[in-house]
Amino acid sequence: MSATDPLDEQTGNRQLTEVARRALDEATGRGATEADAAVSRSQGFSVTVRLGDVETVEYNRDKNLVVNVYFGHRSGSASTSDFSPRAVADTVRAACSIAKYTAEDECAGLADRDRLATEIPELDLEHPWELALDDAIDLARECEHRAREVDPRITNSEGATISTHGGTEAYANTHGFEGLVSGTRHSVSCAVIGEQDGLMQRDFWYSATRDPAELESPRHVGDAAARRTLRRLGARQITTREAPVLFEAPVAASLLSHFSAAARGSSLYRKASFLLDQLGQPVFPAFVRIHEQPHLPKAVGSAPYDNEGVATVNRDLVTDGVLQSYVLDSYSARKLGMQTTGNAGGLRNLTIESGGLDLAGLLKEMDTGLLVTELIGFGVNVVTGDYSRGAAGFWVEHGEIQYPVEEITIAGNLKDMFQRIAEVGNDVDTRGNIRSGSILLENLTIAGA
Amino acid sequence: MTELIETAKNTLLAPGGLDMRDLDAVFAKMITPNVDYADLYFQYTRQESWLLEEGRVKSGSHNIEQGVGVRAVTGEKSGLAYSDEIILPALTEAATAARAISRQGGNDVSHAITWSDGRAPRLYRSEDPLVSLDDTDKVRLLERVEQEARRQDPRIKEVIASMAGVHEVILIARNDGALSADIRPLVRLNVTVIAEHNGRREQGSTGGGGRVSYEYFTDELAMGYAREAARQALVNLEARDPPAGTMPVVLGPGWPGILLHEAIGHGLEGDFNRKGTSAFAGRIGESVASSQCTVVDDGTMPNRRGSLSVDDEGNPTQNTVLIENGILKAYMQDAMNARLMGVAPTGNGRRESFAHLPMPRMTNTYMMPGDMDPDEIIASVDKGLYAVNFGGGQVDITSGKFVFSASEAYLIEHGKVGPAVKGATLIGNGPDVLTRVSMVGNDLELDPGVGTCGKEGQSVPVGVGQPTLRIDGITVGGVRV
Repeated sequence: MSATDPLDEQTGNRQLTEVARRALDEATGRGATEADAAVSRSQGFSVTVRLGDVETVEYNRDKNLVVNVYFGHRSGSASTSDFSPRAVADTVRAACSIAKYTAEDECAGLADRDRLATEIPELDLEHPWELALDDAIDLARECEHRAREVDPRITNSEGATISTHGGTEAYANTHGFEGLVSGTRHSVSCAVIGEQDGLMQRDFWYSATRDPAELESPRHVGDAAARRTLRRLGARQITTREAPVLFEAPVAASLLSHFSAAARGSSLYRKASFLLDQLGQPVFPAFVRIHEQPHLPKAVGSAPYDNEGVATVNRDLVTDGVLQSYVLDSYSARKLGMQTTGNAGGLRNLTIESGGLDLAGLLKEMDTGLLVTELIGFGVNVVTGDYSRGAAGFWVEHGEIQYPVEEITIAGNLKDMFQRIAEVGNDVDTRGNIRSGSILLENLTIAGA
Repeated sequence: MTELIETAKNTLLAPGGLDMRDLDAVFAKMITPNVDYADLYFQYTRQESWLLEEGRVKSGSHNIEQGVGVRAVTGEKSGLAYSDEIILPALTEAATAARAISRQGGNDVSHAITWSDGRAPRLYRSEDPLVSLDDTDKVRLLERVEQEARRQDPRIKEVIASMAGVHEVILIARNDGALSADIRPLVRLNVTVIAEHNGRREQGSTGGGGRVSYEYFTDELAMGYAREAARQALVNLEARDPPAGTMPVVLGPGWPGILLHEAIGHGLEGDFNRKGTSAFAGRIGESVASSQCTVVDDGTMPNRRGSLSVDDEGNPTQNTVLIENGILKAYMQDAMNARLMGVAPTGNGRRESFAHLPMPRMTNTYMMPGDMDPDEIIASVDKGLYAVNFGGGQVDITSGKFVFSASEAYLIEHGKVGPAVKGATLIGNGPDVLTRVSMVGNDLELDPGVGTCGKEGQSVPVGVGQPTLRIDGITVGGVRV
């Protein structure tokens, strides 16, 4: 079974658009003044091999219709996984029924007509993987086998997983917009356990791309998983102190996700953001540039238009450290008296511009401090910027890793933490929707023994 | 349960023209000599949510989802396929896919399974909670909650209130002929407020619910949520920076029981222990907590958010003693891990939906009360932290390190509750944190019913609870060195 079935595909895609149209007709038939419909389907499978044998095989096949209706400025929303004409009609009726009870809201409604995408750029997002189940099992086996042969201290495994998925979403609204986007996503991942002096550590690695040809080899992923686990063996707590902290690229993206949450329109009009009234202000040091690249070919976060059909554009959020723009959909933009930034559904390929140093260079630059490779917990308050999270990583002296560290927290306030960014590395992690190199911060509070 | 099973068949099988003989044919596709276990999980879910902000209910949504998950298990292998169409061709196709793990085709010879109705006490009512209140009254309740929160203080600037209800019908058919059904209501009401003073903004958040109808939210209860959220936000307006380092911590009763969920709960789930990946693996019978600690996982509490009459594999839930007077007694099991470990299932097999594989999950996890007066416990601390409300937590079950984040906390100075401090994350080591519990209060409380637990991408509703307790030393992730 492959991620997409080409025979089915054209018929299937036509069906998605037809379901969307039917929902819009049903809504206008019931007196809605505006409506939109998003209709999606996805399919694929994943296989996990643990200790050399198949552990799970999961086939996925999902579909969904979400419809929003507006009666003037009253809105309602409903969804279903059933595309039968009767279910579509029932779903639209449920949305219309809700709109009878919701209050007038002058900001509610579709995106303004003149903001809808008129040209749809080709972003090269669909690369099906013609992968038989047995071949997927072999790849997962190869990945885990490599992880387990690296060192005798690798004593156990959570397994290796190969997954391949594809999907298509149609979006249409009563302003006459109709669009269809298909994409694929594939991954190889592995997590193994090491043991030393009776204590265990676990770590993992993964590769995820839209094009299977660009995946890291299973062997490479297994090797990385084993090495990341091994280096954590013998971890200890350090004493409470203040020190510089270097966020390794895979966790540095989380700092930008907090920025993105605080810059989101819904946080701002609710006055629930530490970035309130910061437009035009130096939120970062002057060397920092943060931008959005929604049209990067093959990238995970790429999209030609947003969840309201508004054209997405390359744009700066932070230039020379100054906050240039918020992250807005039509509703939050109207609430704030601004224009949508094409961010219904979020930011796409949010990127922080890299400096010239790689990870080794950043360690030298830090000299003495903490390299953080894992963060756990949810201790981030977007209203105040207060930040306190569990961490694991390595103590660094003279630019060299000394020993692994665990059972500590790092804490500060994001407003100060953003200002204390000293360097952004060129070791960019491109696996997710946020693209960042490792980030070096001046002093933070580390709590430990 | 027979009556529930009939209702579930009518909801789930009849619309697609299915009867029990059709299920025989589906099992025939899946059952080969080396398939140990197979089940079909039919599910219909209807849910709604309503959101109030800026004084008005501005949005609402309604969702209907249904489908069937088909699972085959061979030794340690599981195959899952599912369909959102409950019709025979889709079931047959899913069955063929799910048996791929057994590496053998089915004999396709239909043999009649002798179906027997399961038995379990009913822990909640089966009426659809969404219709337990008129939509107009749902809107009015949220409006009153908003007004009550705002009324508390002019510094309350924003109020966000939401309510949600779920009506779920489940039918589980197993290859051993056991047939089970459940009809599960679930409602919740949440309030978040933002208070502002002199340019400083802080929030407070609370809520509650359970496997009940909306009638559960009496005026007294709902207005209480509003006042509590406002109170927390106002406390936080005065809060100072929290201290950093290892110190004695007193945890309040109720929701701080998230300590147990993270520190030991996940580490005692059967899958991690069967695989030997948990820091608690192979430690049954050992001392893992102070002798004052007895911790249970109880899925049988009527009307509670974490409760289930039967788990998602059709096994009745139970009250499982995990730790008794400090000694590790048992793990939480689903059917597969119980079989592989040679123990009985404990009714902890849960799945987010038909599209997910079941695994061992918690229900309501709490510590039994001790005999200390909570005031005495606070008075015993010279310098430390008193934490009474928490946000989320997380654990690395292999290293045992866990965190949970306080959202309302105070300094303890010379045995007295001192000034409020801002939230901070607490980090500890699961296998030894409970050995440092030196005092357990007599004031057991359960959380108000808003907890959701995530594991391997699957979310399920859970409950936690505990009495006031003192931990002699845990690392507090503050900013003040």
